This record gives sequence, structure tokens and C-alpha cells, in this order.
Amino acid sequence: MSLSTSAPAEAAAVDRTPAITLRGLRKTYGDVVAVDHVDLDIADGEFFSMLGPSGSGKTTVLRLIAGFEQATAGTVDLGGVDVTRSAPFERDVHTVFQDYALFPHMSVLDNVAYGLRVRKMGKKERRERAQQALDTVRLGHLGARRPAQLSGGQRQRVALARAIVLQPRVLLLDEPLGALDLKLREQMQVELKQLQRELGITFVFVTHDQEEALTLSDRIAVFDAGRIQQLGTPREIYENPASAYVAGFVGTTNLFDAATSQRVLGVAGEHAVRPERLRLSPGTDTAAARDGEVRLEAVVVETIYLGTGNRVHLRTPDGVELVALEQSTGSLDTREHRGEDVTVRFARADVVPLSS
Amino acid sequence: MTLSPLSRRVLAGLTFGVLALIYVPLLVVVANSVNPSQSMTWPPDGVTLEWWRRAADSAGAREALVTSLQVAAVATALSLVLGTLLALALQRYSFFGKNAVNLLVILPIALPGVVTGIALNNGFKGILGVDLALWTIVVAHATFCIVTVFNNVQARLRRMGTSLEEASADLGAGVLTTFRLVTLPQLRSALLAGGMLAFALSFDEIIVTTFTAGQGATTLPIWILNNMFRPNQAPVVNVVAVVLIIFSIIPVWLAQRLSSDVEGVR
Repeated sequence: MSLSTSAPAEAAAVDRTPAITLRGLRKTYGDVVAVDHVDLDIADGEFFSMLGPSGSGKTTVLRLIAGFEQATAGTVDLGGVDVTRSAPFERDVHTVFQDYALFPHMSVLDNVAYGLRVRKMGKKERRERAQQALDTVRLGHLGARRPAQLSGGQRQRVALARAIVLQPRVLLLDEPLGALDLKLREQMQVELKQLQRELGITFVFVTHDQEEALTLSDRIAVFDAGRIQQLGTPREIYENPASAYVAGFVGTTNLFDAATSQRVLGVAGEHAVRPERLRLSPGTDTAAARDGEVRLEAVVVETIYLGTGNRVHLRTPDGVELVALEQSTGSLDTREHRGEDVTVRFARADVVPLSS
Repeated sequence: MTLSPLSRRVLAGLTFGVLALIYVPLLVVVANSVNPSQSMTWPPDGVTLEWWRRAADSAGAREALVTSLQVAAVATALSLVLGTLLALALQRYSFFGKNAVNLLVILPIALPGVVTGIALNNGFKGILGVDLALWTIVVAHATFCIVTVFNNVQARLRRMGTSLEEASADLGAGVLTTFRLVTLPQLRSALLAGGMLAFALSFDEIIVTTFTAGQGATTLPIWILNNMFRPNQAPVVNVVAVVLIIFSIIPVWLAQRLSSDVEGVR
């Protein structure tokens, strides 16, 4: 049940033609620009996430790939074939909808068999195939029920089975776990990842949950204001955010604007440091900063217990706000208290320069 | 909101009074249909089925009933098809003049029947140059029956959203397959409700019918109007009225049970 991500280069080597190619994609609704300048190659077999807040254009891109929306400009290629003007039913991609969109007047089995039915497959064969797909998502025993009789997690799985029974090259998932509670969501994340690896199909996953994107994806595109702000592996996105926006959206971070960077770090431009890179020691320890290290004095503003550790909010004497994450080591005396003086140290190598 | 005991009693009294005003005359009609006295003396001194037997024997009443059923059935069928298509077009597609079409479709239910009647009468005779017949009543009724179907279907489509239809298209179904397998089953109760209201509207329509009925095409309400003031027909008219009441109430009652989104009709 490991969640290790396979490198995208590995997957890309299997098939050189990208599963999805977007070029200059643009979508406007009247005067509102929903998506602009989106260029993207998604490799065959890749687990690709589009991450961003609501209204950032990620769902619109998904709907453009599925064919529910027509691009204002630009092209959508699936497996090297231009489908920009094709109807949804002409495209070999299937969608798992945020609200699942199960047909309420059909049994679970008929829902799953629907795609096979409209492809004119015989009743017996399509029922067998649908049953197999239901077994894959461990709902084989619920085929006779109506969608309304299922829990949220079960409906989610039926929606998945309904899409994978058609063995698509590409599966589009629109915030599929958004409606589930935390425990179920974590369980479904593992299942999704396993399913994707077993089936070897391309997943395009839309989410606003940065943790979900980081743990599941081979690559992530971070969206804001209709554009891709950064494209990279989870590690690249997290360790080397391209902009203050990405640094702030993906995980918490300590942002230093240009003036603060100059004063505190002695370097020009904006910079960011992840909270878990900050090391705290109680009191004002007088040891000078070592080579390649930044040393700051600060006061604890608030300490928040997280279970796995503490989140410590700090303020330096000249007013710079910082956040540090301390892993719990089992001993309670690592906990810093409000108003205490602490010394903050972090490596210069952990300071990430931001482009804008 | 809590009401004081007094205002509750006043409101209950008013409600009772208004409902009584509407339904007591109806009950009198029902009672008179079994009143032995031909001049309908009140209170009735017994119960008789004589008038019901005579009504059943009356060829005029029977023919009028059949005519009414025919007109209502065909007008309803027409409305179901056209109203559904209109609702789909207006709810699922956008085109130039969409709002104007929406208004024009709803308008006939609000127009005074006498205006619709005169206009259609002129249209049929003057402009189209056709003779009034049974089918002219059907067309005339369909103009306002469409509205009940249209309203019900449109409300259902709006509540349904587009995601089921998108899911169907996503799974490979073309437009017609999606309509047959997904949209239509979702519309079923709305169609039933709209259709029944349409049937009830057509069945007891009189004003538009008067202007658009051809020679010999007598619907039940017209027959009642023609026979009401003939003294020896009066008891039979009561019986026919009761039949009309039943044919009107059942569909409306069923429609209300089937659909919670029946929108303002009449």
C-alpha cells in the first residue's frame, strides 16, 4: 500500500505520443476569461493533477478535455488526434463527476453497464463486464441497489466502475473525493492510486486539496486565474515553488518579500522557506550562525498542538512573522510557550528564490 | 411564527368560509343529480337514479362526452410532444430570441379565452380559409395546454441540472440515446402531471371552444350550456355536470400527487 509515485519519465517512455496535448487553450464566457494560454502535454499512463482554488480554471480545462465546453481558441489532442470540435460521445475519455451523476432511475449494475449498452453490447456480456468492474471497486454485492440507497463512498466507487468498465485511455476525475469525509477520502486516495497503477491508464485529477495532489500525482499543474502557474513533480512544486502564489497555495510557507529578504537574508528578490526547515532552540542562544545558515531571534506568538507535532508562530523583534513546524519527538519539553524567546536557524540551501 | 388563539380562530373561520363558498354549490349540484324533484326543490325528499339513467340514454350527452374525451386526448398528446420539445430547447440551448419565445409560449394561458377564441376563429376562417371542425378545437386547446406541459417539464429540467445528460454523453451516448435513456425517464412524472392538467384544462374549456367548434362538434361543456335552460333537461344537466367534476378533479388530484413542482396554472 505504498504511495510512492512512479516517475513520469518512466511512463512517458512506454508511449511517446502524449495521451493529451493542449495548445494555446483559451475559454471565455462573455468578458470573463476562464482559461488562458494553457499548453500542456500529459503522458500516457501518468497520474496528472490540476491543482488550484475554485475559479482558477482547472475544472474548465477538464471540461474542455471531456468536450462539455468548446474552446474559444486553441486545440485539444487526444492520443495525437485533434478532437477540439468533437462531441463528448466521440472522445475516448471518461469522467468521474464531482456529484457522481449516477442515473437515479437505474440499478447500480445498469449504471455501470450504461456505456456498454449504448455501444450495443449484448445484455449478457455487458452485465458480466459490469459485474467485473463492480468487483474491482469491491461493490460486487450491491449491483441490484439504486444509487440513492448507497453511501457517498459507495456512489463514488460506482462512478469509477462506470468509467473504467469502458477501458478508456484517459480518465478525468473532477474533485472526485471532495464530498467524502476525511477518513474515507484518505482510503479512496490509496484505492485510486492503486487502481491507476493496475489499469495503467492516464488519470487527470482535478483538486483544490494540495495534500491530495502532492501524495497522488506524478506531476501537478498549479492553476490560478485561468493559467498554469507552475508545472512539475510534487517535489519540484513543493521544494521549488516558482512564485509566491504557488509557495503559498501548496503547503504553508514563510514568505519574505524583497525588502525583508534584503534585510534578513541579505539577498535580493522574494524568497520562501518551508516551516519544517526552521529549527528552534529555547532562549537566546548566543552561538553565531554557522556557514550557510541563517540565525534569527524571535518571540513565540502562539503554539498550536497538531498531534504529530507543533506549529509555532513567531515574530522577530523587527516584526517579521514566521511559522515553524516541529515534529513531536515524544518528549513534552520541546513545546515552546507564548512569549518565550527562541532562536531560529535554517540552512541557506532551504531558502527558495521566487521568480515573481 | 406563532399566532394568538383569536387570530387562529378567525383565520380558520375565513378559510372555512371561502372553501364553503366554492364547494357547497358543487355539492348542491351533486345532490341535485339524485334529487327526485324535477324542479329541484330543496331539501330533496329522497334519492333517485332516474336522471343518471336518462343521462346515460341521452344520445346528445353521450356524443358530447365522447367528443370532449377525443379533443382532450389529442390536445394533450400534441401538448406533450410540443411542450417537451419547447422546454428542452429553452432550457438546454441558447439562441437568439430565447426569452421572447419563452414569453410567447406562456402567454396563451394568461390571455382571456374570448380573445384567443376570436383570434383563432378569424385565423381559421379568414386567414387559412378552412372550415371549423373538430380538429380546429384541438388546435385551439393545444395553444394553452402546451403551457402546463411546458411549465412542468421546464421546472423538472432546471432541477435536474445537466450533469446526468453530460454523464450520458461522456459514456458515449448520442443526443437521441441520451434523451431516450436518461432525460425522458427523469421527466416521466413531470409529463404525467403536465399531461393530466392539460387534459383537465381542455376537458372543461368552453369559451375558446365556442369560437372554434365546427357544425355538429359539441363538447360536453357546450352541450350543458345549450341544455341548461330547457326545463325538462335540467336534471340531466346536473348529472353531466357531476361527470365533468369527476373528470376534472381526478387528473388534477393525481397531477398534484405526482409532482411537487406544478407551477402556477390558472
